[in-house]
Amino acid sequence: MDEIARKRHHESFVAGIIKENPLFVAILGTCPALAVTTTLEAAIGMGVLFTFVLLGSNVLISALRKLIPEEVETPAYIVIVATFVTIVKMLCEAYIPNLYSTLGVFLALLVVNCIVLGRAEAFANKNSVYDSFLDGIGNGIGYTLALIVIALIREVLGTGMLTFGDIFTFLKINGESVHLYLLKGPTWDYSIYLFGTPAGAFFVFGVIMAVLAYRANKKKDREATERRARAFAAAEAAKKAASPSTAPLAPKGGND
Amino acid sequence: MYAYFVSFLLSIVTYLLIDNVVLTRFYGICSFVGVGNKVKSAFSMGLAVVFVIVFATLICFPIYYYVLVPAGLPFMDTVVYILVIACLVQVVGFFIKKYSPALYKSLGIYLPLITTNCAVLGVVTENSNSGFDFGISMANALGTSIGYLLMIVIFACIRMRLDSYSAPRAMKGVPLALITAGLMAMALMGLTGLGV
Repeated sequence: MDEIARKRHHESFVAGIIKENPLFVAILGTCPALAVTTTLEAAIGMGVLFTFVLLGSNVLISALRKLIPEEVETPAYIVIVATFVTIVKMLCEAYIPNLYSTLGVFLALLVVNCIVLGRAEAFANKNSVYDSFLDGIGNGIGYTLALIVIALIREVLGTGMLTFGDIFTFLKINGESVHLYLLKGPTWDYSIYLFGTPAGAFFVFGVIMAVLAYRANKKKDREATERRARAFAAAEAAKKAASPSTAPLAPKGGND
Repeated sequence: MYAYFVSFLLSIVTYLLIDNVVLTRFYGICSFVGVGNKVKSAFSMGLAVVFVIVFATLICFPIYYYVLVPAGLPFMDTVVYILVIACLVQVVGFFIKKYSPALYKSLGIYLPLITTNCAVLGVVTENSNSGFDFGISMANALGTSIGYLLMIVIFACIRMRLDSYSAPRAMKGVPLALITAGLMAMALMGLTGLGV
């Protein structure tokens, strides 16, 4: 494997995680991000199932990219994605029925998730199978992390605790779900019900986007200042170079 | 008959306001935030969604109960629905173009986008998952789609007004739109309990 190919593989894997995060940077796939993030477990489940669908569709579309005529691209992609969604839906119903009932319609709605179709159109139909595979994993991880961030905030603020075992039953201890009390105790309860409601979902997502925009703006400002400083220094140097005889001598004489 | 009619009307109200498609069930957020602050295009988009959701329900209901269930293939619903919706969007486009070129012009680019609008697939899937009969399915379709039209137009009006006020730089655009949507959702929460 030569250096350029390795760099490209690395790039297709890493890009989707932070730099081009599908939810927070590209603002795609917002419907499930707001709907299934009431609990951390549901968000993780959604992220994992999403990653499977994206991986499958990316690899298959990339493998078939020379066979699918350009005119019927989108319908062909939709059918491929729908097939993987059906597979994932049936597996989920059979093995994790609690997750299936929690996600409900949103599992079927993965078919029209903009990220899956977006990656197919923007990446998988132009790149090799291995790169598309890495791109699928990278974007899947990025989306899952984004869902986890929203769900953590919403579950902790909304219920005052984290619950494990309601959906992934293997996490149960002695047949009971595990509760991790954070904002709640035997006599006190600082949880805010609003964050568990749909309105709370919009607020949390909006504030996260605002924080990210604030950081991006700050970085942009800093870069602009640096660029201006560099341009100024270059102009000064050019001025000095244009009149070398007068500039360096003048201040020396004044000091004595 | 009378009782059924009342439950039909109540279902429409439920899906229109209490269980609102965008603000409570989160279908179609992408288009909701994406259409932005143009009231006219928001109205066109909403109208196109009403067309497609009502027709998709009309077609998918018999397909599910008279083709997929007797054939023992109810698990194929997602694949069939998305194909029906994609074809339907094309056909609706042709019809509107033939009979009302003015409407076609105003719907314009929004028609093809409806295929990937979660609201359409969401309503159709919900109808078959919850085992609604034909009347309640249609009530769900009407209530949801009109609720979508209503919210997207109100939202565009609010955003048009917001644009002329100065907001902190980081809040401009999508963050402010999301907070606005959150406030609208809080207003709708006041109607909880009214439903059936």
